[in-house]
Amino acid sequence: MGVEGIGASVVRKEDKRFITGKGRYVDDIKLVGCTHAHFIRSPHAHAKVKGIDSTEAMKMPGVIAVLTGQQLVDDKIGNLICGWAITSKDGSPMKMGAWPAMAPETVRFVGQAVAVVIAETKNQAKDAAEAVVVNYEELPAVADVRAAIKSGAPQLHPEAPGNIIYDWHLGDEAAVNAAFSKAANVVSLDLTNNRLAPNAMEPRAAIADYDAAEEHFTLYTTSQNPHVARLVLSAFYNVAPEHKLRVIAPDVGGGFGSKIYIYPEEMVALWASKKVGRPVKWTGDRTEAFLTDAHGRDHVSHAEMAFDKDNKILGLRVKTHANFGAYMSLFSSAVPTYLYATLLSGQYLIPAIYAEVIAVYTNTTPVDAYRGAGRPEASYLLERMMETAARQLKVDPAELRKKNFITSFPYQTPVIMAYDAGDFHASIDAAMKAIDYAGFAARKAKAKSEGKLRGIGVSCYIEACGIAPSKAVGSLGAGVGLWESAEIRVNPVGTIEVLTGTHSHGQSHETTFCQIIAERLGVPISQVSIVHGDTDKVQFGMGTYGSRSIAVGGTAIVKAMEKVEAKAKKIAAHALEASENDIVIENGEFKVTGTDKSIALPMVALAAYTAHNLPDGMEPGLKETAFYDPTNFTFPAGAYICEVEVDAATGKTSFVNFVAADDFGRLINPMVVEGQVHGGLAQGIGQALLEHAVYDGNGQPVTASFMDYTMPRADDLPSFKVSHTTTLCPGNPLGVKGCGEAGAIGASAAVINAITDAIGNNKLEMPATPDRVWHAIHG
Amino acid sequence: MYETTYHRPSSIDEAAALFSKGKEAKYLAGGHTLIPVMKQRLASPSDVIDLGKIKELIGVEPSGDGIVVKAATTHYDVATSDTVKKALPALAYLASLIGDPAVRHRGTIGGSLANNDPAADYPAAVLATGATVKTNKRTIAADEFFKGLFSTALEDGEIITAVSFPVQAKAGYAKFPHPASRFALTGVFVAKTPSGDVRVAATGASQNGVMRIPAIEAALKANWSAGALDGVSISADGLLSDIHGSADYRANLIKVMAQRAVTAAG
Ligand SMILES: Cc1cc2nc3c(=O)[nH]c(=O)nc-3n(C[C@H](O)[C@H](O)[C@H](O)COP(=O)(O)OP(=O)(O)OC[C@H]3O[C@@H](n4cnc5c(N)ncnc54)[C@H](O)[C@@H]3O)c2cc1C
Repeated sequence: MGVEGIGASVVRKEDKRFITGKGRYVDDIKLVGCTHAHFIRSPHAHAKVKGIDSTEAMKMPGVIAVLTGQQLVDDKIGNLICGWAITSKDGSPMKMGAWPAMAPETVRFVGQAVAVVIAETKNQAKDAAEAVVVNYEELPAVADVRAAIKSGAPQLHPEAPGNIIYDWHLGDEAAVNAAFSKAANVVSLDLTNNRLAPNAMEPRAAIADYDAAEEHFTLYTTSQNPHVARLVLSAFYNVAPEHKLRVIAPDVGGGFGSKIYIYPEEMVALWASKKVGRPVKWTGDRTEAFLTDAHGRDHVSHAEMAFDKDNKILGLRVKTHANFGAYMSLFSSAVPTYLYATLLSGQYLIPAIYAEVIAVYTNTTPVDAYRGAGRPEASYLLERMMETAARQLKVDPAELRKKNFITSFPYQTPVIMAYDAGDFHASIDAAMKAIDYAGFAARKAKAKSEGKLRGIGVSCYIEACGIAPSKAVGSLGAGVGLWESAEIRVNPVGTIEVLTGTHSHGQSHETTFCQIIAERLGVPISQVSIVHGDTDKVQFGMGTYGSRSIAVGGTAIVKAMEKVEAKAKKIAAHALEASENDIVIENGEFKVTGTDKSIALPMVALAAYTAHNLPDGMEPGLKETAFYDPTNFTFPAGAYICEVEVDAATGKTSFVNFVAADDFGRLINPMVVEGQVHGGLAQGIGQALLEHAVYDGNGQPVTASFMDYTMPRADDLPSFKVSHTTTLCPGNPLGVKGCGEAGAIGASAAVINAITDAIGNNKLEMPATPDRVWHAIHG
Repeated sequence: MYETTYHRPSSIDEAAALFSKGKEAKYLAGGHTLIPVMKQRLASPSDVIDLGKIKELIGVEPSGDGIVVKAATTHYDVATSDTVKKALPALAYLASLIGDPAVRHRGTIGGSLANNDPAADYPAAVLATGATVKTNKRTIAADEFFKGLFSTALEDGEIITAVSFPVQAKAGYAKFPHPASRFALTGVFVAKTPSGDVRVAATGASQNGVMRIPAIEAALKANWSAGALDGVSISADGLLSDIHGSADYRANLIKVMAQRAVTAAG
C-alpha cells in the first residue's frame, strides 16, 4: 500500500475548506432574483384551522405571496409518506394518518406549518407573517405515549383509532413462555428511552429554482440522501417529474438522521418557486430545528429476562411503546421494529426472544431515525438488563456477560439477524484492561473513605450496519432497495474521480474513499477526488445513514475499481506486449511481473482515451460503474466501560474514566474512526446525562432552545480512551463494518450502569440530571 | 430583528438625552441579553443607545472601604482585575463563572444588574455584600434595588453608572450551574463584614429572583463554618421548579452551595 492507503491516519482533505470558512452550505448559495420564505407555524399542539386571512399581509412591503395548505390540496401536491410498511400482529396494515406539507384543516404539533409567506427579503417575510391572521379552534392534546393510549385520550387521526399505528411483534412467544416457566430466576425492568432533538450544527435549508422555459426544477437542500429526496419528491409528492428535478446537497453541516427525510419545507419551496416564478429560499433557525427536525428515541418499555440456575439466559420478553409524534415520518415505522427488536439478542446467546412494539401517535414533533436509530434503544434496554440481573443474581456484571456471550459464528439469533463474525470476549477484555476493572473495588473503597460515591458500568453493544441487503429489507416492508452505486472515472491524464451515491456531512468520505483508491493503485490521494451530493452528476445512490457508507458505498467503489483495473490491465498488457495475467499494479504503475517493464497509470489512461492503440474490439475510455447490493448487514460490536463519581450532596456525576474497545473490522483511517467514536460517545453520554426533549401535558415544548435543552459540551465529557479489536467482516471485500453510530449506541447504558452502581439504586431514568440522581439517592 | 436606530454617545449625559428623545429607546451594553431578545422579535426598541463605548462607564477603582466597578465593565475585566482579586476575590471568581469567554468579553455588570435575571450571578454578590448601585440620578442600596423577576428600582431612562462594593472580612461564592444555560441553577454568595455581620444571598433558586437567606445568615453569624449549616433546613416554598431542578432540590442546593461558599471563603 502507499502511505495514504488503507490503515493510514491521513489528515482530512476537506478540512482546509471547512477550517478556512470556505465550506459551501445551502444558505451560502445566492441565486439572482431569489425570494425568501417564512413559514407560519402553529402555536398549538392540536387545533382546527378555521381560517387564514392574509389581506393585510399582502399589502406589506416586499410581499409576493402568502400560500396556504388549501392551495397545496388544490394543486394536488401529495401528502408526506412513510416508506416502510409494517404489519400488525393481527395481520392488519399500519394505520397512517394524512400529513400534508402545510395543514389545511388540522394542526397536530406545535411548529406545524399552516402557511408560508414569500417576500423579497427574509425580514419582510417575517414582518408579513405577523400580519397573517390564523383562526384556530384549540383541541385537547396529548404528548405522553402512555396517556395517548388511555381511553378518552384526545384522538389525532381518524385512520388510527386509539392513536395506535401498529401493534407489532417479533419472535416466538410460546418458546419464551416455556423458557420463563423453567427459569430459576427472572429479572424485570421498566425503562424510558428519552426523546432527543438531533441539533445538527447547520439548520435545515432549501433553495428551489424553477426554470419555466425548461419546466425544470433545481433544489439545493440539506440532505443526507439527495437521490432519495428526488425519488420521493417526484414519485409521491407530485411536485416535479424525476428527469426535470435536480437535487443538490452541497456541504451539509451534520445530519445524524434528521436530514434523511424529505420535509414539508422542501416540498413547499419547490411548489412555491413555480407559483411565484422565481427562486425561493428557506433557511430554518434553531427554534424551527427544535420544533420540526424529526426527533429521536422516545420509548417506554417493560422487559423481563429468564435465567437458569447457572445464570445462563433462557429467554427475553420485551414490550415497548414507541412515541411517533403527530405524523409518520419517512422511515419512522422501521426504527422501533426492524432496527430495534432485531437487535435484542445483543452479544448474547438467548434461545428465545419475544418483542411487542406498539406505535403511538401523540401531539409532538414526528420521531424518526436518529444516530443509531432503534439500536441504541435495544442496546440500552439489554445492557441495563444485564447489569440489573448481575446485581440481582449477585454476580460480577462482566462475568455474567462473558458467561452468556455468543462465541461461534455465523450465529442465527431468534430475531432475524444472522451475525457473521465477532469476538466479544476480545473487546470486553480489552476494555476491562484499559480501565483496570480488577482494581475497581479498591478504588471504590478508597473513594468511599473520602465520602464519595464511585461506580463502574459496562455496556456491550452490537449493531446491524451496512444498511442493507435490498431483498431482505424488501421482504420486511421497505419501499426502497438499499444498495449503493459508484462510478470511477479515470481521466485521460490519470487523475481519478469517484462518484458515489453516499453523502458526506461529517463522515470524511473525501479522504477515506480516496484512501481506497490509493490502496489499490498506489497513487497519492491528491490525485483522486470524490464527487457526491448532486443528482445530475451521480447517477443514483441511497445516501448516508445506518453506518452504511464504507460497507456498502465503499464496496461499490471496490467493485467499480475491479472493472477499471481489469480494463486498464488489458491496455497495459497490450502496450507492454505482455500477458494480461502477468500485470500487477504497484505505486501507480502497471508492471509485468518479474521484469522491469512497466507503464504508468497516466499513460494507460491516455491510451484509453486516444484509442490509437487499444486491443482489438476494446471500447475507448476508462470509466466504470458498479451497483453493489450487500448480502447481509455488518455487525460492529464492542465494549464500553465507564467509571464515575457522584457527588451525593448535589447529585452531580463526574467522569473518572471512559474506555471504548470497538470492533469495526478493518479501519480505513484510524484517526477518522476515532473522531466518529468520540462524536458518537458524546451523543450517547448526552442522552444519558443531559439531553431531553420535553413536552408539557398540553403538548407545548418545554425545551425549544439551548437555554433549556442541554447539548453536551466539551467540559461535560471525559477524555475518551478508544481502542480497537478486530475481526474482519466476511461479507465485503474491504472487511469493514462501519463506525458512525457505535458510540451513540453503546455509551448511554455504560453511563447509567455506572451511576446506579455508585448510588446503589437502580431507579434512575435518562437523562440522569443532578436533580434526578439526588432524588434517587435521597428519595 | 425589527429595524432600529443605533446611537453611540460618548458621555452619560448624551446617552440620557438620546434616551429621552427616543420613542421607545433602550440602552445597550454588552448586548448579550438585549440582542438575542431583539433577534427573536420579542423587543422592538426604536433606538438603541450604546453605553459600551462611554469611557466614564468603564473600569475598576479602589475606593476607601472597597471597590467601585463601573457599569460597562465586562465580566472578563472584573474576573481578571488585580484590584478586584485583591479586595474582593470572590467577586472576581464569580465573574469568571459567568457564561463562556465570548459572554464574559461582552457582557457587563451594569447590563446584568439592570436586567436582573433571576438566575444571574452578580445580583447574589451585590445583595450579599450590601453593595450600592450608583446611577446618573442617585444611589440605591442593594436591599432596595432588586424587585423580583427582571425588575429593579431603576426608573425609565435611569443609567447605572457604577456599583460600589464594601470590603468584606470574608466572602465566598459557590455556583451550581444550570446544565443547559450555565446560568446559576442556584448560586450562593456569603459575606462577613469586618464588624462581624453576615449576609447571604441566593440566586437562581427563588420565584422572586435573588434573595437573602436569614436562616443561613443567623447560623453563620453564630459560627462561621460549613458545619454550622448542617442542621439548617431550607424551605422549598416559593422556590423555582422546572425540568432541571425541583423546588426541594433547589432548597438543598441553597444549603450545599452556602456550605461550599463558606469553605471557599475560608
Ligand atoms: C450564552 C450566554 C450565557 C450567559 N451566562 C450567564 C451566566 O452564567 N451568569 C450570568 O449572570 N449571566 C449570564 N449571561 C448573561 C450575561 O451576563 C449578559 O451579559 C448580562 O445579562 C447582560 O449584560 P449586557 O452587558 O450584555 O447587557 P445588554 O444585553 O446590553 O442589556 C441588558 C439590559 O440592561 C439594560 N442596560 C444595560 N446597561 C445598562 C446600564 N448601565 N444602565 C441601565 N440599563 C442598562 C439594557 O437596556 C437591557 O435592557 C449569559 C448570556 C449569554 C448570551
